[in-house]
Amino acid sequence: MATLEIRDLHVSVGEGTDGAKEILRGVDLTVRSGETHAIMGPNGSGKSTLAYAIAGHPKYEVTAGTVTLDGEDVLAMSVDERARAGLFLAMQYPVEVPGVSVSNFLRSAVTAVRGEAPKLRDFSKEMRQAMQNLSIDPAFAQRSLNEGFSGGEKKRHEILQLEMLKPKIAVLDETDSGLDVDALKVVSEGINRFSAGTDTGVLLITHYTRILRYVKPDFVHVFAGGRVVEAGGPELAEVLENEGYEKYVKAGASR
Amino acid sequence: MGLESGTPVSTLHERESYKVGDFEVPTGREEEWRFTPLRRLRGLHNGTAAEGGKVVVDVEAAPEVTVETVGRDDERLGRAYVPADRVSAQAWESFDTATVITVPKEAVASAPTVVRLRGEDASGAAYGHTTVVVEPFAVATVVLSHRGSATYADNVEFVVGDGASLSVISLQDWEDDTVHVSHQHARLGRDARFTGHNVSLGGDLVRISPSVAYTGPGGDAELYGVYFVDGGQHLEHRLLVDHAVPHCRSRVDYRGALQDQDAHAVWIGDVIIRAEAEGTDTYELNRNLVLTDGTRVDSVPNLEILTGEVVGAGHASASGRMDDEHLFYLQARGIPRDEARRMVVRGYLGQLIDKIEVAEVREKVAEAIEEELDKGLDQGAGE
Repeated sequence: MATLEIRDLHVSVGEGTDGAKEILRGVDLTVRSGETHAIMGPNGSGKSTLAYAIAGHPKYEVTAGTVTLDGEDVLAMSVDERARAGLFLAMQYPVEVPGVSVSNFLRSAVTAVRGEAPKLRDFSKEMRQAMQNLSIDPAFAQRSLNEGFSGGEKKRHEILQLEMLKPKIAVLDETDSGLDVDALKVVSEGINRFSAGTDTGVLLITHYTRILRYVKPDFVHVFAGGRVVEAGGPELAEVLENEGYEKYVKAGASR
Repeated sequence: MGLESGTPVSTLHERESYKVGDFEVPTGREEEWRFTPLRRLRGLHNGTAAEGGKVVVDVEAAPEVTVETVGRDDERLGRAYVPADRVSAQAWESFDTATVITVPKEAVASAPTVVRLRGEDASGAAYGHTTVVVEPFAVATVVLSHRGSATYADNVEFVVGDGASLSVISLQDWEDDTVHVSHQHARLGRDARFTGHNVSLGGDLVRISPSVAYTGPGGDAELYGVYFVDGGQHLEHRLLVDHAVPHCRSRVDYRGALQDQDAHAVWIGDVIIRAEAEGTDTYELNRNLVLTDGTRVDSVPNLEILTGEVVGAGHASASGRMDDEHLFYLQARGIPRDEARRMVVRGYLGQLIDKIEVAEVREKVAEAIEEELDKGLDQGAGE
């Protein structure tokens, strides 16, 4: 049983003459294993900032609040320590790393997260199976990480990493953006396989309701102006589908 | 540049002579010397170098290949290459014996030919000359392995005959006290193919000038370089590809990493496409990965095009720190920062190391890069 607890999280970005700009203004959120949470909100509401702040990207400065995973202080951990503690961020724009092959990268990551190197044969088998599940051509194993991959290929590889690293809590940052329907289904199946695990929670960040037809959320949170402005069950997604974010944008702006 | 002005092309390389006296003593203000710390050349450039250095040459040849040690008067020497600067001319005037490696016509060498050059004393200067002749339609790989302590100036000629193919890997794995100034010139016949790898890791000052000239159409040259510059080291690579005949191709890709105080990398990439060289296809690239503060990179690509009828002509140069987004991505998958840094450097240099055809050399180079990375990490580089 894992619990990610975010309390009154304030995050700023930037410094220098313009001064730091506060993006997150007091986020409260609890994600437990067995739960799938959707965070929805308009562009610029701070959804991605929340994802990167949880993962520990150096660009984002936490100015107040706490993030804990099973009571452990996540904010005190380095980026890699957070990943080894059981957090995972599927990125919206995965970077290309020239010369580092997918298989070499996966093996290094799996070794780091599991604390020991898997046997090469077992690892190869596991990777092949995981790639097959996501309809990824096995030839990708030898290619440079994300280099020259299409948007859809990059997203499949994010989910491939998710399935192989088996974190406690996965944060998926707009994994659905830029995917055609077929790719969306494949990726959603991967997320569902992952969330069917016994000790796994999902925080799904999305702009669109489309993915929620394939990945069923238990909770939906509306994000605006750097915090959660409304929370509900799956029915809230339907309301957003019909009414859009307009009223929340106004509410966020008026703060 | 040259297109409109009508001035001679590539003023950098207009002078050629076998005589030291035809070259002025460099002052450091000249374009071709301005990046090189002359006082560290131990007099190789001005005639004051002490005598008595020794570089022992030992060749392990493929069975199809002949190796000879010849005197200065051997007529095969210096036919493909005329010295282009004063140190090169000094080496030409000063060497005692030369090594001539011949790959007979249509022979396909079954193994690499390894030339081991071992410096035994850096206190005096040593001079060398190597000529590799690959006769028409022959195929061979030559490894030049430079080790030990030396103050060494030499010229290396690669004569690649019509339809022949030569791959050369030159390892500069010197001790810390070595100064090495070398010209490596490849002359390609019709449809000849040349691949040159320079791997420069050791030495106090290493200045390598690889050049390519084409004598017939269809020539194809690929020049790769990997270097790892530590604190206080000066590693310089000066490339010249002279497209003087139509329908030849060249690719240059040099990549280096630098760490610690006063590590200095210099890369000069000159490509000339002369008016008659229609259908030329060329691209040159240099990248430098700066791992710590205190390093210096000078990277200067020059492309002089005198005909519009080219297939492609381009160059790129980029030097900078490791991309934080790369490190973040790898770390976000649990990989510790030091290991992530290693993976990025390995990947970046590995793309060129993977092109080295000789597995044994490839592995050795990969190991040497790991050792360089260990050094940097021991010192807590970049944190």
